[in-house]
Amino acid sequence: MHTLAELIIVFVILLNLALSVTGGLAACIRLVAVQGVVAGILPLLAGDGAPHARTVIFAAAIMLLKGAVFPWLLLRARDRSGAGKDVEPLISYPASVMLCLGAFIASSWLGSRLPLPDTGVAWIVPASLATIFTGFLLITTRSKAITQVLGYLVIENGIYIFGLALFVEQPLMVELAILLDVFVAVFVMGIAIFHISREFDHIDTAELSELSDWRRGEYGK
Amino acid sequence: MLLVLLSLALLLAGSALALLLARNPGRAQDAGAYYAVAASLAGLVPAVRVLLTGETETLALPWSVPLGSLSFNLDPLAAFFLVPVFLLTGLAAVYGADYLKGYAGKKPLGLAWAAFNVLTAAMVLVLTAANAVLFMVGWELMAAASFLLVLFEHEREQSRRAAFLYISAGGVGALLLLAAFALLGRSSASLDFALFSAPAGAAASAVFLLGLFGFGLKAGFVPLHVWLPEAHPAAPSQVSAVMSGVMIKTGIYGLIRLLGFLPVWEEWWGWTLLAAGAASCLIGALFSLAQHELKRVLAYSSIENIGIIVMALGLGVVASINGSPVMAGLAFAGALLHVLNHSLFKGLLFMGAGAVLHGAGTAELEALGGLGKRMPRTAAFFLAGAASACALPPFNGFAGEFLIYLGAFKALGQPGPAGLAGVIAGLSLAAAGALAAAAFSRAAGTAFLGEPRTEMAARAHEAGPLMLFSMGALALLCLLSGLAGPFLLLPVGTASAAAFGLPPALAAAASAAQPLAGVAAGFLVLLAMIAFGAVKRKVFLRGKTPAQGLTWDCGYAAPTARMQYGASSFAQPLTDFFQPVLRKIGQYPVITEYFPARASFSREAQAVFYNSVYRPVAVRIRDLAYRFSWIQHGRLQLYILYIVVTLILLLLWKL
Repeated sequence: MHTLAELIIVFVILLNLALSVTGGLAACIRLVAVQGVVAGILPLLAGDGAPHARTVIFAAAIMLLKGAVFPWLLLRARDRSGAGKDVEPLISYPASVMLCLGAFIASSWLGSRLPLPDTGVAWIVPASLATIFTGFLLITTRSKAITQVLGYLVIENGIYIFGLALFVEQPLMVELAILLDVFVAVFVMGIAIFHISREFDHIDTAELSELSDWRRGEYGK
Repeated sequence: MLLVLLSLALLLAGSALALLLARNPGRAQDAGAYYAVAASLAGLVPAVRVLLTGETETLALPWSVPLGSLSFNLDPLAAFFLVPVFLLTGLAAVYGADYLKGYAGKKPLGLAWAAFNVLTAAMVLVLTAANAVLFMVGWELMAAASFLLVLFEHEREQSRRAAFLYISAGGVGALLLLAAFALLGRSSASLDFALFSAPAGAAASAVFLLGLFGFGLKAGFVPLHVWLPEAHPAAPSQVSAVMSGVMIKTGIYGLIRLLGFLPVWEEWWGWTLLAAGAASCLIGALFSLAQHELKRVLAYSSIENIGIIVMALGLGVVASINGSPVMAGLAFAGALLHVLNHSLFKGLLFMGAGAVLHGAGTAELEALGGLGKRMPRTAAFFLAGAASACALPPFNGFAGEFLIYLGAFKALGQPGPAGLAGVIAGLSLAAAGALAAAAFSRAAGTAFLGEPRTEMAARAHEAGPLMLFSMGALALLCLLSGLAGPFLLLPVGTASAAAFGLPPALAAAASAAQPLAGVAAGFLVLLAMIAFGAVKRKVFLRGKTPAQGLTWDCGYAAPTARMQYGASSFAQPLTDFFQPVLRKIGQYPVITEYFPARASFSREAQAVFYNSVYRPVAVRIRDLAYRFSWIQHGRLQLYILYIVVTLILLLLWKL
């Protein structure tokens, strides 16, 4: 069983790298969805015997949300807001991938330093931390509002895996609560992005600095 | 205690209702005013009861806020401050119901009434809170509500500037108070006042200094006063009355409570208070003489009166450390009595200024004149307030200052620091009194006497009935509390004994009763004689028509209103003398010909402290802040990056 889990972990890491270099918005949305589904399999592999019915239901619900509902909402938001096809990164793709790799190396070191119980699954803690960092990377280096939602979802995937690393079954309730938050957030963001794009003709958050009230010339004398 | 909670509930309900009815200004006004008056009546009962019986009422409820608890404490000191709060806010609400009518449709009256009632509730909370968290909630609510009211006329640049200055001062003050409370509650599980540990030595001095500046920024004594003459005149007049009359007193209340938290006083605390108070009463009186706008005159006079109170507190501290309990008792009692008296007469004066503003459309002294004939009642009430402010018996301003004088005179015979403190206090009080008398005869004389200087003043009309009612009630209270000085000494003594734990406070207060009674009796006789004279005159004039004629005009046949003494010319001898302090700017015409034709003259009072002390500091801080403005660029991604970096650094730090 652990072999399969470790394979999934490797896959998640590869998905992180893929996210950092993918330029198409639709592709990114799909990659995040795949990552969510793959991470959703993990709790089924934990434990020794066959998983509990409750675990199966939770995992199915999570996979449904992350694999089908979120991508659908996001693709819809993309089309409605006229966001275009490109993610428009603020830094180059090679730089993104270097940062992602750097984040993974840092996570490995961090994972070895954190006083956590041993789960038996190799690389699960570094992978989860690297996923969280990748989410932050998406949020901070991509200009569109919709990629920030994506980053948020990637962070959630990371937290999910991290939770699994800590306790095998307990955090499912917690996870469910987080998932509900994320669901509401994605929903709200979908609406907000739509409205912002209608008001400002774009959803480039860098341009939203127009709204900043701190302007040197205007404020001071 | 329950009645105090009821009054709090009424105030909050009133403000909620005023907001809900905001679309209909008339009903919003009614809701705000009726609830405020009901709350005042409900709150006065327990406050007066506690003052008369001297028993403390408490109430403690759990609260989920960390370190907080819903602890209320209504001791004689709190009750003593609550009485003017309820009196003045109730009457101000009545006044406001008339005063704000003209703004219906132009200004959000629902919001204004909501803020007014929240302001009152916050003051009640501050005065009854027995937990630092609850206290700070009230304190900040008070600042926020009054900030909104200062912004009432936000289309004026001056109001916005005043509000900014005001909220900055409030923020700094609150920060210092938080530090003071943190130091006091260092070793206890909650920030209940009762659980405060008594710090000693350097820690006690640190708490005192933090509290002095934190509360001082609210009380507005020199040099922490710069916001006061800007903010108080900017608010609607009944709010100016409340702010100047009672809100700044919460700073005094805080100082007194703080002295209660610190069991061992240092002598230099007393000297600091004395110096700040003396400077404040002199500078406040002097600058009120130099102002050209009625409400600004009153605001500077508030600085003067706060100075008198703080100076008396300082005198009391110095005296009690140097073993003169009677002198200390007199000083403390005088300070408290002046708190009550000042709130009554300053409330009255601000309402009078509001009536002038309402009736004549301006409160610029040089544009007024002759209002005594056009608004006779307002003029009479304002005069009563002005007489109180000048500490003229039998009005109430006299009684509190009389106690302080008594305390200061007791010191004269004593050697050492207490004697010196007494001399300083007595001299400052006398000088400030003289300046205040000049300032108020100038303000009242220019506005109400003589001939109108402008068309606006000539067309002025009397204030509405509710406004007159409020002013009349306050004027009557000013007179009665002046005459009833000896009777007020009992509650004052109770409150000051509760505050300072000095049994001699009662004895000291009692010792002042006899001279006060003598003064009151004397003036009762005088009043009776005046009344007799008035009746006699009426009888004498019955059936006769008194002739009206011109005042002797020095043989000049065509006088105009501009030839009267103006506000500037009245004050010129004094303001020229104090020019090094006042630094008025302007120009005199130089007359070289025998028949001078046109000439112009201008004088402008300056905010000396703000310009020479605060502005340079503010400019420095702003320039420093601009150096970091690249951090505040408006890019969302980078803001999130800041958070991520901070989180990672925290993680690494704890690893």
